[in-house]
Amino acid sequence: MIVPLDEGIRELVHDGDTVALEGFTHLIPVAAGHEIIRQGRHDLTLARMTPDVVYDQMIGAGCARKLVFSWGGNPGVGSLHRFRDAIQNGWPVPLEIEEHSHAGMANRYAAGASGVPFAVLRGYVGTDLMGQTASIKTIDCPFTGERLTAVPALNPDVTIVHAQRADRAGNVQLWGITGVQKEAALAARRTLVTVEEVVDELEPVPGQVLLPSRVVTAVAEAPGGARPSYAHGYYIRDNSAYQEWDAISRDRDAFERWLESDVYGGARPAREGRIP
Amino acid sequence: MTATAYTADEIMTVAAARSLTSDMACFVGIGLPSTAANLARRTHAPDLWMIYESGTLGTEPDTLPLSIGDGVLADTADTVVSVPEIFNYWLQPGRIDVGFLGAAQIDRYANINTTVIGDYADPKVRLPGAGGAPEIAASCREVIVIVRQSRRAFVDKVDFVTSVGHGGGPGDRERLGLLGKGPTRVITDLGILEPDPNTRELTLVSVHPGTTVADVRAATGWDLAVAPDLAATEAPTASELSVLRSLTGA
Repeated sequence: MIVPLDEGIRELVHDGDTVALEGFTHLIPVAAGHEIIRQGRHDLTLARMTPDVVYDQMIGAGCARKLVFSWGGNPGVGSLHRFRDAIQNGWPVPLEIEEHSHAGMANRYAAGASGVPFAVLRGYVGTDLMGQTASIKTIDCPFTGERLTAVPALNPDVTIVHAQRADRAGNVQLWGITGVQKEAALAARRTLVTVEEVVDELEPVPGQVLLPSRVVTAVAEAPGGARPSYAHGYYIRDNSAYQEWDAISRDRDAFERWLESDVYGGARPAREGRIP
Repeated sequence: MTATAYTADEIMTVAAARSLTSDMACFVGIGLPSTAANLARRTHAPDLWMIYESGTLGTEPDTLPLSIGDGVLADTADTVVSVPEIFNYWLQPGRIDVGFLGAAQIDRYANINTTVIGDYADPKVRLPGAGGAPEIAASCREVIVIVRQSRRAFVDKVDFVTSVGHGGGPGDRERLGLLGKGPTRVITDLGILEPDPNTRELTLVSVHPGTTVADVRAATGWDLAVAPDLAATEAPTASELSVLRSLTGA
């Protein structure tokens, strides 16, 4: 149940898997993403509502074959340049995309968590996404006849989230902005959670989400594992790191130097995410 | 800079803030919309109910967030809900008065593109994509767009409809079954545009001080109509500017 991060990734994430590392600005599982890069995973279908810097890094490192997403940017800064390079130039490998809106992705995870094959919403109508994304269809309500939109359940092979705490039995507690993590975890076949700390007993926190151990496959302790995003109650968002990523990611050579020093070299923040 | 001098971005932000009132619930996008909404809340609209798509309802940040999910938004919110809840329970049923959006491209019917410049399959520039915008544009009671005006951004027809404005003209929103009124105002660094009540085409209704109609038309990629009762935007007051600068650190 409680495993070192490298072992958790090795056991649970396989080449060709559909993998969701979720986190909506907060609690982004960055250390887990870097471990996936270090282990050289490839041909992954990466799913996430808001692929940001860590997905840019994984795409640039060649881990992904396909991206399922709704907003791919560097929040508050601009575009993702490794993502852009993969789509526009196929570097380092071509990247297929399956593009949704936030409402659509949130409902896809909710359907996945609910064990139904699709979700229904008012969405996408009149947009060009309907013509580009095969997994958006219209459906007539069987009760009112109203025309609505259907999107298929998203059931990742493995969902990875970062949380503040877990106990030794593997019950996981997260709080603050909890995004779509509960749905993404419950939709997945396997769930890996990295945590700031493993504690003897979980003290309740207002507004918390609790993932009972029976829906958690493994927990890995990874203090600082959400940096440069933040962990409410532990550390704040490193806004300057997001701004600095813009320059690093614009240039392939700068990116490869960064990979060497910060991921393969095991420097921060990857080392912080490792079990000693 | 004297108290009365201001930049083009500052008058744009101030004009946008003035569009918001204290009784509104406002779905706020990051960047210029967030700056304008926070300015409104600190000046004439202290009870503006700000919502960010990260799930923070009624947030009152004491500093400007860089992202839609900064910790300060959660710390100062009335409540924090999940992302499925914000879209399904709050946005979708039409509970939000105003959606406040930015754009990379906007066209004469206020359709918005934040997805690609050029062809979707072989884009000239790949942009971040939709995020929450398609459903914000569909379901908020009205939408205000804030975007810097240029021929690159103000195009006759967007390369990709990420979020529907007024479609191809009168009756399109109704035909599509969209709940809200769509974009009611577009605020730029040069002036203010609103859809003509009959044609739904964006029409210049106000120019900012020091800007001419010719300037605005030169920065628009279609033959921009001008309202017969064209107004002049009131210059930012010293107090609006001082609050804005305390937010942006300018």
